[in-house]
Amino acid sequence: MAASYFDVDGTLVTTNLVHPTLFYLQNQPTPLHSFAKLGRALIKAPWMALAEMKDRRLFNEMLFSSFEGMSEDRLYLLAEETFEKVMKPKLYRGARDLVQTSLDKGHEVVLVSGALDFLMALLKDHLGATGVIANKLEIHDRYATGKLLRPVVAGPEKARLIREHARAGGHDLDECFAYSDSYSDVPMLSVVGHPAAVNPDRKLTHLAEAYHWPIIHLAA
Amino acid sequence: MSHPSVVTIDSRSAPRTLFSGDQLVDVDLPTGTRVIYPKPPLAPLKDVNAAIRYAINHPYNSEPLYAKLRPGMKVTIAIDDISLPLPPMKRPDVRELVLTIVLDLLSDHGVDDVEMIIATSVHRRMTGPEVRHVVGDKIFNAYWPKKLYNHDGEDAANMSYIGSTELGEEVELNKRAVDSDLVIYVNLNFVPMDGGHKSVAVGLCGYRSLRSHHNPKVMRACHSYMDPGSSALATSVERMGRLTNQKLNVFTIETTINNRMFDRPLSFLAKNEDELTSTEKSSLRALRFTLSKLPQPARQAIFQRVPSPYGVTGVFAGETEAAHVHTLKRAYEQYLVPVTGQADILITGIPFISPYNVNSFLNPLLVQVMANGYLFNLYKGVPMVKKGGTMIILHPCTDQFDNEHHAPYIEFVHRLLPETRDAMELHKRFEAKFASNPAYIEMYRSGHAYHPAHPFFMWYWGEAGRQHLGRMIVVGADNEYIPKLLGWETARTMDEALRMAKTTAPARPEILALHCPPTLMAEVSAHPSRLSTPPDSLRG
Repeated sequence: MAASYFDVDGTLVTTNLVHPTLFYLQNQPTPLHSFAKLGRALIKAPWMALAEMKDRRLFNEMLFSSFEGMSEDRLYLLAEETFEKVMKPKLYRGARDLVQTSLDKGHEVVLVSGALDFLMALLKDHLGATGVIANKLEIHDRYATGKLLRPVVAGPEKARLIREHARAGGHDLDECFAYSDSYSDVPMLSVVGHPAAVNPDRKLTHLAEAYHWPIIHLAA
Repeated sequence: MSHPSVVTIDSRSAPRTLFSGDQLVDVDLPTGTRVIYPKPPLAPLKDVNAAIRYAINHPYNSEPLYAKLRPGMKVTIAIDDISLPLPPMKRPDVRELVLTIVLDLLSDHGVDDVEMIIATSVHRRMTGPEVRHVVGDKIFNAYWPKKLYNHDGEDAANMSYIGSTELGEEVELNKRAVDSDLVIYVNLNFVPMDGGHKSVAVGLCGYRSLRSHHNPKVMRACHSYMDPGSSALATSVERMGRLTNQKLNVFTIETTINNRMFDRPLSFLAKNEDELTSTEKSSLRALRFTLSKLPQPARQAIFQRVPSPYGVTGVFAGETEAAHVHTLKRAYEQYLVPVTGQADILITGIPFISPYNVNSFLNPLLVQVMANGYLFNLYKGVPMVKKGGTMIILHPCTDQFDNEHHAPYIEFVHRLLPETRDAMELHKRFEAKFASNPAYIEMYRSGHAYHPAHPFFMWYWGEAGRQHLGRMIVVGADNEYIPKLLGWETARTMDEALRMAKTTAPARPEILALHCPPTLMAEVSAHPSRLSTPPDSLRG
């Protein structure tokens, strides 16, 4: 059986990692807490922008440090609301079809995302996907420490995780599919036999055209 | 005495001008070569609208269209896609004229639940501007995209299985059409393999149905695709169409056009080179020079972006088979050129266009389809070339593809063909998995790509020609790799190709050359003493 690995942000949904994070920050126990969290995130913003350009893993770590001090209860309590209000309305119209076609053809469908695992689990259920590879927050005494558990799902690490997943599931990587919108996911696209660019950025478009990878445009 | 459209080359003959993709090439053909030209265009109907009204009011083997209508009924109109005609015809397209009259009639009879489906089958979806070109501004603005849309053969929720034929051919069609009280098919018949049962049973089906007949076994049993009576493909489609018409209430409207492909400034391209006026000779020289200096996209635009001034020569309506008999008769009247005796060597240029590359590049797989599929099959009777004979074509065979329209073709040509050219092996080993590639399916469904099964069908399309021909030689290829991949030999010039072909031909070989486009068909009767019967596998 083949497996299809889907990047999420920009590929299946129009949002990115920042949108759900902001929703969490805006919905702290009190407005004062929210204000403080947002303020700290704002101060870190220029560094995150730099990190985004240099190293996607570093960006993820800086972004998710905003979750420091949030209780595990709150993280899970807000997950459903975040998914319903932030992510679900931003699903590309064709995303469900694309996932469904893969399922119909007997593929295992795995979402591979730098987003947090409890949000991805909701998206997985919504789309009918079969697995998730996502980032996990470190929890200490029922509170988030603001750190991510290793391995951090980003960039080249996605490729290694896909390899491991395929090996564990008995999938031949040459028969597997991968979908992404971003040039930063070229390592992930390159490990499978059937890479495809979905709503690709400029650099990925050029690469996909050069290598004749399928280019799919999903309407928002 | 030969037909006026068959010109025999003698020592005084001018070189022939043949297409090599989007270039024009002069070739000196040996004395005695018979060149088949298209017949002059039939006179178009003087009043097409009147002919449409007459046809739907006096249909064959059916009550008139108005008598089938009742208020509140559900009607689906299916329309031929942009693969017909080639190049697209000047506006108004005859489909616009038919639709305008039919929609008015439906409205007059209180039929409001009307949807129009472009019957693309597994072809690429037509773009908005392409649909607008076919149906006209008024209809497009009123119906697109909610009530006028492309068929989607992969939309499982909107496909409906209606049964299997006695030979197990599964018929699955567009659900909206199946659920309708009346299906009206608006056809534009370009070549004799179009129309008839193919319209609904192929145009509105998906891969599940197509695999019944678009496979190497059936293709090998096609004597000529253009002669439905001896085509196993047409016979299979007919069985499926008859089943369709038992389950669906189908009213067919077919139209035929003449072969006026080139408008006045280029009309000399259809003429015998010996009969060109001095002005036409100068125009031809200028055109050839211009084409040789222009970049490829500009050359393509000259031919492809300029719509053709086709004239409508017939409108036939009613029950599918009854109407189609008349369509075929009119099509043959335009295209058939009688030719006596098969050739040892068949020469033809490959033009810039095929049914599958409207608004895109004629990639190597389509060059193969044009050569072994369409042009080889432009005959009725016996094949133009004897069994085991040689076909010489002119084309650059450039290794170039449209990344969107032909995305699955690229992988087919560069990953599968190097493994094997054997159609049966491709069918058995690769087709099912390739046709279910979700990425390509999504490109077909939401983009403008051909279905991933289509490149296989294109290879099978050349199967009858491949099985019949002994050798294929391509003149003017800009690379060695593609011809080799397709199983073809290469020659730099026509003289070299002829020398090569003669090594496996009789001492004084019969040579035929096709001078097309515009479209023509040879009605070939074998010379009694040189009869080359088709092998058993080619008998329908």
